[in-house]
Amino acid sequence: MFQTDFNIILPEVVLAVYAMLALVGAVYTGKDKLAPAMTWLTAIVMVLIAAWIGFAGDGSHLAFGGMFHDDPFSRFGKVTILLSAAAVLAMSAEYMERRGLLRFEFPVLVALSVVGMMMMVSAGDLMSLYMGLELQSLALYVLASLRRESAKSTEAGLKYFVLGSLSSGLLLFGASLTYGFSGTTLFSGIIEAAGAGQAPVGLLFGLVLIASGLAFKVSAVPFHMWTPDVYEGAPTPVTAFFATAPKVAAMGLFARVLHDAFGGVVGDWQQIIAVLSVLSMFLGSIAAIGQRNIKRLMAYSSIAHMGYALMGLSAGNAFGVQAMLVYMAIYVTMNVGTFAFILSMERDGQPVVEIDALNLYARREPGKALALLVLMFSLAGVPPLVGFFGKLYVLRAAYEAGLIWLAVLGMVASVIGAFYYLRIVYYMYFGEEREEGLDGGKSPVLWAFLMGSAAIMLLGVVNLFGIEGVAQAAAATLVH
Amino acid sequence: MEEMLREYLPILVFLAVAIGLGLVLILAAVVLAVRNPDPEKVSAYECGFNAFDDARMKFDVRFYLVSILFIIFDLEIAFLFPWAVAFQGVSMIGFWSMMVFLAVLTVGFAYEWKKGALEWE
Repeated sequence: MFQTDFNIILPEVVLAVYAMLALVGAVYTGKDKLAPAMTWLTAIVMVLIAAWIGFAGDGSHLAFGGMFHDDPFSRFGKVTILLSAAAVLAMSAEYMERRGLLRFEFPVLVALSVVGMMMMVSAGDLMSLYMGLELQSLALYVLASLRRESAKSTEAGLKYFVLGSLSSGLLLFGASLTYGFSGTTLFSGIIEAAGAGQAPVGLLFGLVLIASGLAFKVSAVPFHMWTPDVYEGAPTPVTAFFATAPKVAAMGLFARVLHDAFGGVVGDWQQIIAVLSVLSMFLGSIAAIGQRNIKRLMAYSSIAHMGYALMGLSAGNAFGVQAMLVYMAIYVTMNVGTFAFILSMERDGQPVVEIDALNLYARREPGKALALLVLMFSLAGVPPLVGFFGKLYVLRAAYEAGLIWLAVLGMVASVIGAFYYLRIVYYMYFGEEREEGLDGGKSPVLWAFLMGSAAIMLLGVVNLFGIEGVAQAAAATLVH
Repeated sequence: MEEMLREYLPILVFLAVAIGLGLVLILAAVVLAVRNPDPEKVSAYECGFNAFDDARMKFDVRFYLVSILFIIFDLEIAFLFPWAVAFQGVSMIGFWSMMVFLAVLTVGFAYEWKKGALEWE
């Protein structure tokens, strides 16, 4: 009995044990001298575990009395999380080392937060949900303040911590109400207590508070205010990490709670999610227009993208979840490439974050400028790039679920949002002559990730590399 | 449902009594207490001296570190105690779960020790 349970959570156990061994091993031997090697090793371990989960995983299993799910949905989330975390680690090793930021705790903290995220997408119980969420969040708070001597970085860490605790409080309050009114913390029990059609009022309060807590974690408006400051203050590789893996995990958790625990009362949460989605899309698109700092700009961009992912979720059916998963996978790939470019933005060895520095970049570096152009068009959702198909998917999900107003507003927001993506392209190709431009940025790793991500945005239009089918299978296990 | 909510009734009663008692005590002080303040009475007072400086002073982050470490091990005891009391009824899985928990804490302890968090100077 215990043996089968243990085998199901073996990937998480392996990663957690690896993280602890790495921590103790490094602190008793070379300490920070080992950090570059450990960062790469952690990335390799994550890729191996992703391959293990992706290829060896089969069917749906429950462990620990339903507290832990191993099904196609959780495997889709885990593979996306592990691969994006590995990509961010590989990109950050050289950047952080040159700036004296690379400590051996960095890969360990990333690995531990990834364990938390893997728990989140597998959670089948309010308690395992909270455990995964806190493990992920606590590691992320520390990562945000990694640059201890910088006031901005410590401010980012503190702000993230205080607001993160507030959201955890909301979520816990919702969880306790849900437990109080359903008498169980298991999702399978809550869905029975909630019944079909209309949930009891107490459960409704629980649902709303849990949704607020989770909206904080995915930075959906009106719970987004920490995002720009934290993205700006945190070291850029950490920002790249924040923008990718945790978003997938939080979205996966959101989908799981809504469908596994409240799947019978879709009508009760559909409106909430739709409103979160509309507000996020519009605020993300409009507020980014005034930003000259590319990290803040990417923060608002991620808010808008979460709005689109939530649009998929608000459809409340299997196709909506499929659309959300496809959207998140595409979003993460685009963001990895964009942050590979942002990490390579430097002048005389110092990082540059102002978008003005991109003026006439295309004359100096035509290859990289072209790759960034592809990524910006894809982020804006310009056909025929892959980003467009992501948007098409969620719009179709909303349309088919009868939320035509939502789909229309989504299209309007995407047109507004296109402005600031295209402005970057405009600067690169038609900007004005400036004295201070950017250096070449010669890191081959960053170059490879940038080009790889842009190539995926072009080549993926053929069949999206087959993730549609995988996402469909994943969504089918979640929505009954 | 009704049945379960009824089980929470004692908590509700307890809350009502706690709030009521608290209010009565605070209000009694307002209503009954004798008050004739003068400048000497209401000024800041520190063991017979005038106050040396502001109460909101900076203090060394090491105190904070020690208190955090204290809380962690304090909580460890909070977990260990019920486990030890119920040891007769704890299965092998329960036993090994606690051993794993202690091992994870030990990893953290070994790290902070080697990192120098326990040294005052």
